[in-house]
Amino acid sequence: MKIDKEQVRHVAALAKLRFEESELEAFGDSLGAIIAFADQLNELDVGTVGATAQSSDLYNVFREDEQKASYPREVILANAPEQCEGCYAVPKIVE
Amino acid sequence: MGMMTVKKLSRMLREREVSSVEVTKSYLARIEQRDGVIGSFITVCADEALKAATAADTLLAKGEGGALTGIPVGIKDNICTAGVRTTCASRMLERFLPPYDATVVKRLKDAGAVILGKLNMDEFAMGSSTESSYFKKTKNPYDLSCVPGGSSGGSAACVTAELAPFALGSDTGGSIRQPAAFCGNVGLKPTYGLVSRFGLVAFASSLDQIGSFTHTVEDCALVLNHIAGHDPMDSTSAALDLPDYTGALTGEVKGMRIGVPREYLGEGIQPEIRAAVEDAMKVLERLGAHCEYCSLPLTQYALPAYYLISSAEASSNLARYDGVKYGYRVSEFKGLNDLYEKTRSEGFGAEVKRRIMLGTYALSSGYYDAYYKKAQQVRTLIGQDFGKRFAEFDVLLTPTTPTTAYRFGEKSDPLAMYMGDICTVAVNIAGLPAISIPAGLDRAGKPIGIQLIGDRFAESEILRVAHAYEKETGHDAISPVWREESV
Repeated sequence: MKIDKEQVRHVAALAKLRFEESELEAFGDSLGAIIAFADQLNELDVGTVGATAQSSDLYNVFREDEQKASYPREVILANAPEQCEGCYAVPKIVE
Repeated sequence: MGMMTVKKLSRMLREREVSSVEVTKSYLARIEQRDGVIGSFITVCADEALKAATAADTLLAKGEGGALTGIPVGIKDNICTAGVRTTCASRMLERFLPPYDATVVKRLKDAGAVILGKLNMDEFAMGSSTESSYFKKTKNPYDLSCVPGGSSGGSAACVTAELAPFALGSDTGGSIRQPAAFCGNVGLKPTYGLVSRFGLVAFASSLDQIGSFTHTVEDCALVLNHIAGHDPMDSTSAALDLPDYTGALTGEVKGMRIGVPREYLGEGIQPEIRAAVEDAMKVLERLGAHCEYCSLPLTQYALPAYYLISSAEASSNLARYDGVKYGYRVSEFKGLNDLYEKTRSEGFGAEVKRRIMLGTYALSSGYYDAYYKKAQQVRTLIGQDFGKRFAEFDVLLTPTTPTTAYRFGEKSDPLAMYMGDICTVAVNIAGLPAISIPAGLDRAGKPIGIQLIGDRFAESEILRVAHAYEKETGHDAISPVWREESV
């Protein structure tokens, strides 16, 4: 499977990643080789077999809706790269 | 000090032959002396460790405390430790200080264990050699020119080099069992849901599980007693009554049915490893177990299914690293999208980006059914495959890895690296427990690991067989030659 530069750019945009023009081809090649390897799954006839998302027998797990103390704001904000007046600072997104 | 097991240390501490402060200081000194070469620790917390050791000594002096009180431990650096940086071996989390302890860390602390520090790994646990760490390479104590395996390479190397008597790691597709095999120690990946994942930085949430590295199966059971159990903070953790796992170590395997799937012994398996499995069959037969070849016909499909599922989950889990709430952020950017893209492109290494890209591709419009959904359907079939075998057998025996440890840089092609996980990934897909135990050395003097796989929550069964094999062969007593030279 060939993954061309345009496809790499498209998937990178979905994943919020960016590659240098010089990296695109090599990255496409390595991705293509892995996808080609994954294509062997097509040898299997899975028919209408159900999909498994996880291996536990649990379905919905509920708990009582009890009020509990949360972490103090300053503890959670302590790891923020930038904060402003007790909030996360983000670039302006509305022009 | 010789090879120091948790069990032996625990007895010495409780009989006050040594204090926890003395033991902790001796491990810290050894880390100082050896870890410059081995490279297993990202962070050493000497002050915190000595404080915890002092507290443990107070308890021990009163005749209180349990099996882990005063015992040092190393923790893989993707398991959160309050106030001690938890990097996932990534530039993205280079300065991340968790506000809380992972449940396993809290349990170890409550049991009086002494945390020595945080251990190196492949970045975000994505890799099989620990070479993708942003910080450093970890060396295999048996052969310094070889990798320790991965992703929990620091955990495996630190136990073998005796820089901690036990360590915790995580296993998404073999990340405990493969490095345990490469470094010649005991690595357990418990059943999905047995050990809480709260505070384990997520890679692939439906596959990740925390487990241990120890010198012996007995230590493995002892540690499992402390880390297993239901946790309301992890809704996928199982609410079950759990046994005392050390109770399973009777040495008795008479009448147990052990299946050896032929697909795990085919092409690409190093002949000495195949021979080790065949030898283990003879040992277990001699002990009264019934060993028989069997088949898991879908084995070859587990690897592509694993890489699609784990990468898809990773692409979703790692979306949280956006340069806003915590972690790395670029200094210069124009607008929000630029912030996201630059932060993620600079903060993640090549392998992590490859997995995110693969996962995003498999989940993207037009490819979802062909790749992600198909992999999930194959996951169902693989689970059914195992189910049939566990109707006939108590435990399955396989190699842990196709080869023993390889040299740095030897697997530069990503796909070649992925192929090394062929014996371990199916276990995660089916959520089963599996243990890797030492089975001697190959001709080059590098450790061989064999794997015992159990049915869901059948840890006692695999521990029982592993322990009987270990006692009969004495393979647990093998240690690297360099140790004698450098102590």
